[in-house]
Parts: sequence; structure tokens; C-alpha cells
Amino acid sequence: MAELPVNPRQGRLEGRLAAMAFTFMATLPAVSYAAVEKGELVVRIQRDHLLNFLELLRDHPSYRFEQLMDLCGVDYPERPQRFDVVYNLLSVTHNHRIRVIVQTDEVAPVPSVHHLWPCATWWERECYDLFGVIFSGQPDMRRILTDNGFEGHPLRKDFPLTGYEQVRYDVERRQVVKEPVSLTQDFRDFDFVSPWEGILTLPGDEKAHEVRQGMKRSG
Amino acid sequence: MTELKNTFIETADTVLRTDIPESLVPETVAEEEPRKIVEIDSHALNFGPQHPSAHGVLRLVLEMEGEVVARAVPHIGLLHRGTEKLIEYKTYQKALPYFDRLDYVSPMCEEQAFALATEKLLGIDIPERAKWLRVMFAEITRILNHILNLTAMGLDCGAVTPALWGYEEREKLLEFYEAASGARFHANYFRPGGVARDVPAGLEDKIGVWAKEFPKWIDELEGLLTENRIWKQRTVGIGVFTTEQALAWGFSGPCLRASGVPWDLRRNQPYDNYHKVEFNVPVARQGDCYDRYLVRVAEMRESVKIIEQCLDQIRPGPVKVQDPKFSPPPRAEMKRSMEALIHHFKLFSEGYHVPPGATYTAVESPKGEFGVYLVADGSNRPYRCKIRPTGFAHLQAIDELSRRGMLADMVAIIGSLDLVFGEVDR
Repeated sequence: MAELPVNPRQGRLEGRLAAMAFTFMATLPAVSYAAVEKGELVVRIQRDHLLNFLELLRDHPSYRFEQLMDLCGVDYPERPQRFDVVYNLLSVTHNHRIRVIVQTDEVAPVPSVHHLWPCATWWERECYDLFGVIFSGQPDMRRILTDNGFEGHPLRKDFPLTGYEQVRYDVERRQVVKEPVSLTQDFRDFDFVSPWEGILTLPGDEKAHEVRQGMKRSG
Repeated sequence: MTELKNTFIETADTVLRTDIPESLVPETVAEEEPRKIVEIDSHALNFGPQHPSAHGVLRLVLEMEGEVVARAVPHIGLLHRGTEKLIEYKTYQKALPYFDRLDYVSPMCEEQAFALATEKLLGIDIPERAKWLRVMFAEITRILNHILNLTAMGLDCGAVTPALWGYEEREKLLEFYEAASGARFHANYFRPGGVARDVPAGLEDKIGVWAKEFPKWIDELEGLLTENRIWKQRTVGIGVFTTEQALAWGFSGPCLRASGVPWDLRRNQPYDNYHKVEFNVPVARQGDCYDRYLVRVAEMRESVKIIEQCLDQIRPGPVKVQDPKFSPPPRAEMKRSMEALIHHFKLFSEGYHVPPGATYTAVESPKGEFGVYLVADGSNRPYRCKIRPTGFAHLQAIDELSRRGMLADMVAIIGSLDLVFGEVDR
């Protein structure tokens, strides 16, 4: 039996996505990047133009992204705009997906999209809770997943895995008490970087290495 | 007033309690006093987190007007375990078992999402037999999930028998789980690069025998519920969601199909071998609890069909990628070959490095779209692994779903949404 492709319409779909990427790049100056990566359409856009763009994606008859499937943050602490806020949209009419990414930092707010998709409220609350990204125009900006009275934003890369506080029930005081984390063994984090990979020239191998790199002619 | 009560007690034949509260005195006697009009203020009612119908640790604050729900405010996070953070500190292989513990009612479908995402970033294609095994066990998982959901929803609405019958049927399926993976619930069976091991000899025949018998059990379940007058009174027209609402609130899976959208990722964006099997996508129109029940029942029948097609088409062969960089060598070879030993050691200590990139990969889990947004930075650990839980979106809409409903309808709505808090809270 001839091997069927995983998705019979995959080729056509990718062509359509590439055409969309080209359209966005050509017509919208706010779009800084649009491409098809691994069969998925990725668009990076400036924060100020996000709302108009998402509204266009939702309402334009040739895009029709009716559903906001996911909204999440990604933290890159070495960047000045350290957070990516990622919107994964789905169109059930045209059967395609798009990923819209905006950048922000700890203080600059991202416009809320809860009036475009009502389900955005909880996703934004989650993103605020775990990363500390602020969404402007979101009336319900409370924590959602973490404990009452929790401090900090746990999914930031500079937040330690073990956290700062531990909670237990104290039998004598008959209440739940919070204490600083105490571990019998520190969390062990191995980097798995091979000691050989950083070294280009092995000890005793200098001459052969120079030849290999084309710095010196053998001979 | 005291006279009244006393006369009532005195006229009775045998008096067991003399301190009968006024409210329990029969109306014929109590009617003699003038009727009062009582105004009931709106008040808040805490539903859960210990309520048996909350399906886990849901705390729902209900603002009541008498018995009518004016507003429902869910509070979640009581089962938050920081899965996404933990995954960032584990190799790809070690991250996989966390997915069993998210939606512990349908573990293998969650594993499938992560395995597919990792394979996509690695750019590897798994062997045919592994794909068939995945499809087959994903459908077994779907039936497991739907049995528990439908019978538990019945239990919430007062039907005890389906739950008793359902557990027997689930037990048979969990035996298949155990035979294949060694564990009844936390299977850790689907791995990036295939499945953990081949199924033992004879298991396919056993599944075939079971698949022949199972539709009869669905008929029996339907006999108990589908035309049951009480069941219909509890579910028809309760928790109605229109197509537009369902789309706007990010619904997926059976809840979206019950609102009239013919959308199934297995059909529309097929993965593994779903494009090689034939099945129908059941759709209902009303979008109420009864329709969500009907869609799930119909889906179980379709799942049995898919399992039978898998058994027809599955052929012997390798069940994981034949590349020692991604899948461990056989035990016997490891004992003899130096190279196999090194590969084994590297795989279970360092793991494999995934090239930089990002993907949003979604599968049709029994509850709906379960997605994984995986960002790799070229190291052996995920840079970010966002889990898109299905129940999160469904639970959020509960205020809209239950607006101006009765308190007793809340349990039917929660049951029909198929919530599991391991997944909602992560």
C-alpha cells in the first residue's frame, strides 16, 4: 500500500499559511516577523498594534480565527523586553492555526483581549500569576493558580524551583503555617555541558589543530 | 403558639420526642396561625472543595437568590503542583511521566501530545507499529475516560447503577493498560520515538474479544439513561451553550461538538495513524448537558470501531525509533555491547538534545483539545513547556453556562463538562 501523508492537505495548508505570512509582512508595517516554522504560522508584532491585528484575524472572512486556544508567557531574562506573550489561535472554519507573539517587560502592559475572546480572562490571569505580565484593560487581574498570599512569579527563570516558602499544618497551633524552605539536600542542577566541547584545541594537540583550522599550511 | 404545639403532642398516640421543632409540626395544625411572607436575601454558598460532585478540588462560590444561581465564581489552583516549572528542570524523557499525572483519567492521550511535540522538534518519524499502538491505546483511553465521566455524571444526578457497572468495564481496560505498560494508571507508555515496549503476546486477541463485547455494554448503559425520564429531566435544556458562545469561550472536544460544530482534531488535523482509520464525528445541536452525554456515548461506539480497525491493520515490527540516540537499546544487547551500554547511560543521564525551535502541538484528548507549547533551546531540557488544559477553558465558562439555573443543575453542568483538576490546576 502506498504510504499516505499524515495530513493529506498538509501541502496545500502550508502554501496557504505561507501566503498569509507574505501578506502580513507586505501589508502590515507593525509585523516584524512572519514565517512558517515547522508547518506552523508564526507572527511577531509590536505590542501597540496587537489589538487591531487580533481583531482583524478574528473578523476577516479569509482568516476567521474564532478561537483563542491558548495564551502563555515565555521568559527570556537576558533580553531587555524579557517576556514573550504567545497567542495560539485556531480557525475551525478554515482549519488553520496561527501563533502571534508580542514582547513585553515587567512594567509595560499588554492590551487585554478579553473583549475579543471572553476565555482570555483566565489565560491572562494565569500569565500574570506565573510571569507577572500586566494586561491593561483586564478588570479581573487576580492570581489564579498559586496559593493565597503567594509572593513572586514562579515561572520566571530567576525564581528557584524549590520556591521560598513551605507550608505545613501545625498540630499544636491548629493552623497552617508558612516557613522558609528547608531541604535536607540542596537541589542539584547538572548542566550536562561536556568539558570537551568548550575546548577547541586539546592540550598537546595545538599543531594539528592549527592545521585543521586552516591557520597553517601542513607541510 | 406553645398551646398549639402542646395540643398536637398530646393528641398523638405515642410521643417519642417532646421537643419537636415548630417547622416539623404538620401543616394542618400550623396553618391556624397567620402566614408570614419571608424574603430571602441573596447569599453566597461554598460548593466544594470537599463536595463529592465537584469532581475533585473545585471551590465554587455560588451567589444564590433563593435556589437560583445568580453568579458562579470558580476558585481553582488547589491542586497546583507547578508541573510546567518542574518540566523545565527535567530531561525530555523524565518530563513525560508528569503528563500522566495531569489528567489522571486519560493519561495516555496527554503523553501523546508531549511525545508528538518532542518528535516534531526532533524531526523524527516513528515506526508504523508504534503509531497503531498509540492510536489503539488512545482510543482505549477515550473509552476509559468517557465511562468514568458518564457514570459519575449519572451518580451526581442520582443514577447509582451506571457507576457500579462502569467500574467493572474500566477494570478490564485497565488490565490492558497494565499488560502493556506495567501500570494501571500512570502508564508512561508513549515515549518520544515510539512506545516504551511492545505489547505482550496475546493482548491483541484479548482486546479483540473485548471490542466485540463492549458495544453491548454501551447498549445497557443507554438503556439505563438515554430514555430515562428522570435523567432527561435533569439534563435536557440544562447548561445550554450556543455555537457562538462555545467558540468564543474556547470550547473543544465533545463540549464543542454538542454545540453543533463538527470539529475533531483526529479528523481535521490528523496525527499518528488517524488518517488511516474511518470513523464518524458525532455532532449534536442543542448544546445542553443531555447532548454532551449523547455525544460521548456515540464517541465510545466510534472508538470501538477504531480499535477494531487498528487490530486489523497492525503488523509486527519495531515499536520505537531504531536510533540509539533516542530510544534505549535492548537489555540483552546492553549487557554485551560496550556501545549499547554507553548509549544507555547517556540516554538515561543526559538524555537527548533537542534542536532549538518551538511548536504548538495539540491532540484530541477525550476531554477536548489538549495542547503542548514546547520551546526548545538546544539543550537536553525543555526551555518552556506550556500545557494547554482542556478543562481550564470549560470551567471558566461555568458562570455563563449556569446563569439563572437552579442549584441542583450545577452538578449536572459540572458533570457534563468533564473536569479533572489535575489537568485544570497543573
